[in-house]
Formats: sequence, C-alpha cells, structure tokens
Amino acid sequence: MTDTTQGTETLHDVTVTVNGVRHSASVPARRLLSDFLRHDLELTGTHVGCEHGVCGACTVLVDGSPMRSCLMFAVTAQAHEITTVEGLGTAPDARVAPTGESMNPVQQAFAECHGLQCGFCTPGFLTTVTAYLDENPAPTSEEAREAISGNLCRCTGYQNIVKSVLRAAEIKAERASETAEVQS
Amino acid sequence: MTTQMFGAPIRRKEDPRLLTGGGRYLDDLGHDALAAAFVRSPHAHARIVDIDASDAVDVEGVVGIYVHEDLPGRVGEPLPLLIPHPTLTHGRTGYALAKDEVNHVGEPIVMVVASDRYVAEDACQRIRVTYEQLPVVVGIEAARAGELLVHDDVPDNVAAHMLQEVGDVEAAMAAAPRTLTLDLDIERSACMPMEGKGVYARWDRDRGELRMYSSTQTSTGVRAAVAAKLDLPLAKVECIAPDVGGGFGVKIVHPWPEEVLVPWAAIRLGRPVKWAEDRREHFISAAHERGQLQQVTVGFDDEGHLLALDVKLWHDNGAYTPYGIIVPIITSTQLLGPYKPGTYRCEFWSLYTNTVLVTPYRGAGRPQGCFAMERTMDAIADELGLDRAEVRSRNFILPTEMPWDHGLLFQDGRPLKYDSGDFPASLAKLKSLVGWDDFADYRRQAEAEGRKVGLGIGCYVEGTGVGPYEGGHIQIETSGRVNVSTGLTSQGQGHETVFAQIVAQELGVRMEDVFVTTGDTRKMAYAVGTFASRAAVMSGSAIALAARNVRAKALRIAADALEVSPDDLEIVEGTVRVKGAPATSMSLGTVSVLSNPLRYAFDEAAQAATQFAGTFDPDKPPVADDEEPGLEGKDFYSPTQATFANGMHAAIVETDPVTAEIKILRYCVIHDCGTMINPMIVEGQVHGGVAQGVGGALYERMAYDESGQLLNASFMDFLMPYASEVPTIEADHLETPSPLNPLGIKGAGEAGCIPVSAVIASAIEDAEGFPITRMPISPYDLWELRRRHADGEIPSLHRTSSTTRTSGTSSKEPTA
Repeated sequence: MTDTTQGTETLHDVTVTVNGVRHSASVPARRLLSDFLRHDLELTGTHVGCEHGVCGACTVLVDGSPMRSCLMFAVTAQAHEITTVEGLGTAPDARVAPTGESMNPVQQAFAECHGLQCGFCTPGFLTTVTAYLDENPAPTSEEAREAISGNLCRCTGYQNIVKSVLRAAEIKAERASETAEVQS
Repeated sequence: MTTQMFGAPIRRKEDPRLLTGGGRYLDDLGHDALAAAFVRSPHAHARIVDIDASDAVDVEGVVGIYVHEDLPGRVGEPLPLLIPHPTLTHGRTGYALAKDEVNHVGEPIVMVVASDRYVAEDACQRIRVTYEQLPVVVGIEAARAGELLVHDDVPDNVAAHMLQEVGDVEAAMAAAPRTLTLDLDIERSACMPMEGKGVYARWDRDRGELRMYSSTQTSTGVRAAVAAKLDLPLAKVECIAPDVGGGFGVKIVHPWPEEVLVPWAAIRLGRPVKWAEDRREHFISAAHERGQLQQVTVGFDDEGHLLALDVKLWHDNGAYTPYGIIVPIITSTQLLGPYKPGTYRCEFWSLYTNTVLVTPYRGAGRPQGCFAMERTMDAIADELGLDRAEVRSRNFILPTEMPWDHGLLFQDGRPLKYDSGDFPASLAKLKSLVGWDDFADYRRQAEAEGRKVGLGIGCYVEGTGVGPYEGGHIQIETSGRVNVSTGLTSQGQGHETVFAQIVAQELGVRMEDVFVTTGDTRKMAYAVGTFASRAAVMSGSAIALAARNVRAKALRIAADALEVSPDDLEIVEGTVRVKGAPATSMSLGTVSVLSNPLRYAFDEAAQAATQFAGTFDPDKPPVADDEEPGLEGKDFYSPTQATFANGMHAAIVETDPVTAEIKILRYCVIHDCGTMINPMIVEGQVHGGVAQGVGGALYERMAYDESGQLLNASFMDFLMPYASEVPTIEADHLETPSPLNPLGIKGAGEAGCIPVSAVIASAIEDAEGFPITRMPISPYDLWELRRRHADGEIPSLHRTSSTTRTSGTSSKEPTA
C-alpha cells in the first residue's frame, strides 16, 4: 500500500477483487466500501438504506460471507474478494432467464415468488440469502424467516421473501441434481 | 385467442432488471455530479441570529455555500401551498432555506455544494449558526392549549378548523336510548421508504434546458413547481422519476426544498448537482403522519344501531401545511367505513407544532378514522353485550343501497358516494376465514393452558382512484414493439407489469412486446401522480382507453390493406387476421409501417409505405383528414368521483400474562378492490400494507422530547418491523367490480395498513378485558395499563367473563 495526498486528505492504494475482477484505486481512509463500490466502481446495484448497519440493503459478500458494506471501509477490503448483486449471476448454478439476465437460484426464486416490490432492499436480501443457503440448503419456513430477519424491507411484508427463500432452496437443489446428471 | 393476461398472476416485467443490479435509483445516476449537503436546524424553534461560514469556504472541494439571502426571486419565496382549502385559513409553508426562523429540527438553513458528499458534510460541520431559541410547542395537547405559538401570526396554533354535519346530530343524540363517549389517541409514524428522497439536476447551458431526476411520486408536479420557482418555460424543464425505492406518500409532497435548490445550484454553477437524502435527514426533515387525538360520542339504540355520531379530531400537522389538510379531511370522511351513522358530525382542528411536517402516509388519515369508528363499534358491542361482528353487520350499508351518498364532501372536493361493495359478504368470508364462531372454544382451550388470547376485527372503506385525471399513450413501432407511457410514477407497485397486462389484453399483443414508461415528463407531460391508491384505476383506465383507440386504428388500416371489413378482423399475439381465415393477416408491425406514409424507406419493410408502392386513391391525401400518421393512440381518464374499495381484517393475538409481550398468532384479510389485474401483485400490496400497519400498531412511534428533538431518528431506535415481527397474512378476496371505470378496478395500494391498529387494539382489548384507547401499544404500555386496571383506574369491559365474550352471533347477552 502506498499513500499519496490529495488536498488535505491522504489517499491509500487499495486492490480489491469485485465479482472476479481486480480493481486498484487510491481512496481516502474514510471512504466507505459501499461508496467505493457504488461511486468509484459504479456498481450501483448495492444500495444504501441507512448508513448505520441496521437495514442490510448494502449487504455484499466478502469472501463469501455477508457483510454490510456501509460498515466497512474500502481500505479494509484490501485483498478480499467481494461479490455484489451484479456478480451473483456468474455463480455456477446461475441460468439465463428468458429475458436475457443470468440469475442464480435466489434471484430466480425472488422473480417467481414476487419477493420484491420497489427492489431497493432486494440486493441485500439476495446476497444474504445466497450465503445462507450455502450454509443451510434446506431451511424450514421458520428458519427462512429467521435467516432474513436482519434485513429491512418496507414493501413486501416479508411473506413472499420467506417464500422466495424456500423456493430458492428448491431451485438450487434442482440445478445441483441437473448438474450431477450431466456430469454422470 | 390470446392467452388471458388481465387477471392473471403474471410475473413482473421489472424484476429481472431489479434482481441483477440493473435498477437505476436516484443516487445511482450522475457519477459526475457535484454533491449537495445541508446544515439543518438542531433546534425545534429558534430565530437565526447569524450564520458564519468563514471556516467552510476554504475547505478544498467546496464549490458553493448558500443561505436564504442568496436565493433570488421566487427561489427565496415560501414554498407553494399545494392544496388550498377554504377552511385552511392559516396555511403556512417553509422556505427552501430557512429565512430568519426555524420551526422544526431538521429544517434546512445552509446548502453546501462540493466535489463529493464527504467534503460537503465536512464543510457543513464548519458552519456556525447562532440561534436565539424560542419556546417550543410539541404534542397535540400543547398545541391545543395555545399558550405558546408555533407561528406568531397563527392564533391558538390552528391552521384549519372544519366542520361537516349530516342530519341533526344534537337532536338524534338527545333522542338516542344510549350514548357513549370515547377519548382516543394515535401517535405518529412515518412512511420510511428504504430509499430516501433525492434530486439530481443537469443544466444544458447551450440549449438553456434543465433536466432533473427526482425520487418523487409526481414528476409532472415537480416539473411544474420547479419551472415556476426558477422562472423557466415549462418547455425547458424535464423531470424524470427513475426507479424509486418506495414512497408510501412522503414523495408526493413537492417541491421539497432540495427539489428547488439542487436544480437552482446546477444552473448557477453550470454543473450537474445531486443530493441523496440520508436516513437521519429523512427522519427529521421529510414528513410524518398519523398523530391525532379523537373524541367520539355515539348515540345508539338497544339493538346497536347507530343513531348519532359526533366526532372531534385534533390533528397534528407539524410545522407547515404544504399539503393542506388532506389528512384530517380523509379521517373525518373515511371514518364512517361501511356503516350508516344515522346522523354524523365531524369537527376537526389542524394544529401546528414545532415538529417535522405531517403529510399523507399510506392510508392517509384512514387508519386513524378506522381506529375511531372501530373502537366505537367494539364499545357499543360491549355496552350491549352483543357480538362485535353482529353490531357491525347491523349498521352495514347493504349492496342494494349502493350507490350510497353520505352527504359529505370527500378529499377531492366531490361527494363521498360509495359506488360498490358487498359488506355482508365480506364479513361472512372473514368470519369463516378466521373461525370467528369457533373462537370461544379456542379461547377456553388457551385459557386452560394459562394463555391469554384475544380476537379483534376491523372494517374499512377506502376512497381510491381520485381525480383529476391520468393519461395513457401507446405507440406501436414497425418492429411490433409496443411503447406505453403514462405520467404517474412507480415506487414498486409493478406498473410496468400491470399496465402491460392491460395493453396485452386490450390490444391482443404479447406481454414481452409491451414496454411501459412511467413518470417521465418527456413521454407524457400531463399527469397528476401516484397517491390515493389511484394508479391502477386512473392510469390503468386511461391506458385501456388508449389501447382501444390504437386497436380501432390498427383494424381500420389493416381492413383497408386486406380489403375486408374491420368487423371481420381480430388481433392475436400481435397479428391482425381475418376471423375464421387466419391466413389472411398482417403483423401489427406491418400495420405500423402502413400507418405512416413515407417518402424514404429506412428498411425493407418500410418500402411498403413509400409513395410508389401499392395502390392508392389519388383524390385522397396520404394521411386522411381525420387521421394522424403512426400507429398511436392516446386517451385520458377523468372520473366524476373516487371509487370505493373496502376490506375487513381479523387477528388473533396472544398477550404474555407476565411480560405483556404481544404476539399476533393469526392475521386474516378479506379485501375487495374490484376486478384484479394481477392477483399476485394485489396480494403483495396487501402484505406490505399489513406489515406497515403492524409497525404502526405495535412498534413505530416518533419519540419527540419536550424540546422537539426526535430521540429515535435512526433505524436502530425507530422500530420498523423485520421479518421476525410480521405475522403470516392469510388473505382472501372478494371482487365487486366498480361500475365507474372501464375495467371495474378499485385501488389496492393503501388498503392493507388501514385497519391494523384498530384490529390489534380490538384483539388486545378482547384478550385483556379492559379498553384499549391509544395506539401504538408496546409491552411496556400494556403492562402499565394492566397495573392501572388492577388499581381500578381503568374500568373492565362489561363482559368480564372472557369465555362468553364471543359466543357466536347470539343476539343479546346480559350486560354485567
């Protein structure tokens, strides 16, 4: 890491892998990871709902684990692998939808179950649930509700998000068995 | 025949985009824009003595610092009073930047524009404002007392005093065999969309044109207001609502100070400028709703029939009244719900306080009205020892009595006249869904296990789809692509999908060929906005009418080309064909080619429309006198009145005997929004509404202290429900079509949240055996009520033996 100064602010070099692409930049120490992703890399799929780590809209995956990008500085992401909503569609179990977008099982399930309305909180749910299903591939309805209970949504009342989590688990299993069949 | 689209639970067209990071919300735009930030008042009521920005001007990256004195002409004048009303005798609005005085914490005083938001906020922190603090009015009691004033020139803090009366209430009350009086209290909550407000403006110096984006519920409204404020021709201003991360009412207010200031700064600086509201700003400087004190006096007979209803409301309108008195007007009219009141009088006072302003939040005064009416219904049932559902049904307006004119003026200045609804059928469905008649058994069983449970009910009627109008424009390209535009905006309601369903159905085209644009003044300059559950009714109807026009035109052109009668043609999956002889056909794309006589062929298909192709009548002009080129159609829908949706909810709650924790065990909804365009989306609207209602009933309150500081202005402290707090919602629908519009639609957006506080209060009261008169209610509140009840400060309900409280529909039980 080298430091330079721009005006009164010291800039720090940071190299972060985002959605499989290495990005190097010079940023002030206080630059939030959320702002770095959104405004420096122009990956605006990650949304900021509260800037104090409560709503979960800005959740991204850091080395596969959900983290609130508004509670992390860009410089602390140095040498880590970040996945944002823009990168979910490159997962091995993603499939191209009829409309052309590549969607992982969670994204597909949200589309099927009306798991979103305004869509602002959605990227945080998608990343959270994607990581959760890796941990618990077959949750019960209660477990699914618990899994999403750290993210705020003001539109849906959560019912269809719970449904989406359960449906995502099904799609994930279906796609895993398809892949297994192809391989055998 | 084309697959039935209208009425089907079609997946949303917007979702693939929103699910893959392709949404474009306000702060996703304008990466090259300067950032604005604001110094906001830390005091609820103060005179501004001095503003010293000397330490801020040298912050590197600061481009401009502006105070009220810098604002020229109309930019510096008070913001518009959007909805004047004759009884709003003392309407007051704020300034874009405060002039001399601030009236609530969060009021903007200084705008800083800088290279980025970090720098702009650095500069804000270096600006020193000296204040002379003034006495603060917080809470409805303090405002009503009128000893201290919010605005020196508004006596008693009364912005508006309004009275509507139908029949002779005094006489009917005096003659009533029984009367009851209830004092009720509803606290503040707020819309809290996940995305705050935001504005982004670009000034094209060469063309003298402003393009602005706003996270708004009305782009046409913002455009007109900003053009007026900045003294620009309307033709030189465009306003676009991009993807909007929820609205729920707060974004219908316009222009917000920032909507004036950001474009003004962009013009002044000749550079793009953007402001994205942060969460704290949203709490303290956007808008709240709901706060009311209510007094209901009701006269009724021994069978529970209403004879006289006399209501007084004290409404907290916050520091300013830009949105007029729409909220208390709605409370005072929609309070009546599905009932015939006998005689009715409602008097309200809309009062200033030194708190952030109050403007419609989903439900817009109806939750408070429903609370008042439904608490009254429960009180009557208790007084008479009657079943609560039975008392309600005895007062229902019957289907045979529709249309029912209450003799009142509604929020649109038009008669409060119900067009449709079958309340007895809705109630029967609800009772069956929740197991109303079996609840006594369930309670006995629960009590045997040491559990306290209660059953609650709430009914409402909602005037939806108010005017004045909306429009729809449809244009079919030569490729067969169908472009649809309407001017009102979208905040997650699925308009791209439901409007496409209407067009697919009306026109006979495939869903995937239909592309809907909303909230873009370049595409549709005439529109009102998204509020009052009006989008499907208003724009849906307008788009259906426009589609019928386009269809007629397509059939005319195709009939001419195919040399058949238009009556013999049908359109199926984008192809116009002869009924019974589908081989004789042409695509709508080809019809589009023919609709536009050409001199120049831009591609092979276009050759068919050029001047040497085909045959024509040399005596007729290429475009007939009564036609226009292009396969396009436009229409507007402007109804004489609102259409009235309705619903009934019931809940079973359990209250912890020790901790007073309140748990919703079941939540049941019967909802009638007329014909449904997409039941999946309607259900989603109901779910979301109920969740907001649950928040308002059990968790959310705006905790102002006596100095006007909002103590819980963060998501950490304002308890918005997570998934763990929202019950599973069991919903069923009744579809009584509205006779007022071409599709039979009634609005659905707000419905879910309207009766929830009433229902939960009813259920808790039923569980506890003493009246619940104030919402929201926390476990602490309930614990405190239990203590007061035990001390004899709060009376028991008459029917203290809980197991007999809901014994079916028996007509009468002895009162205690």
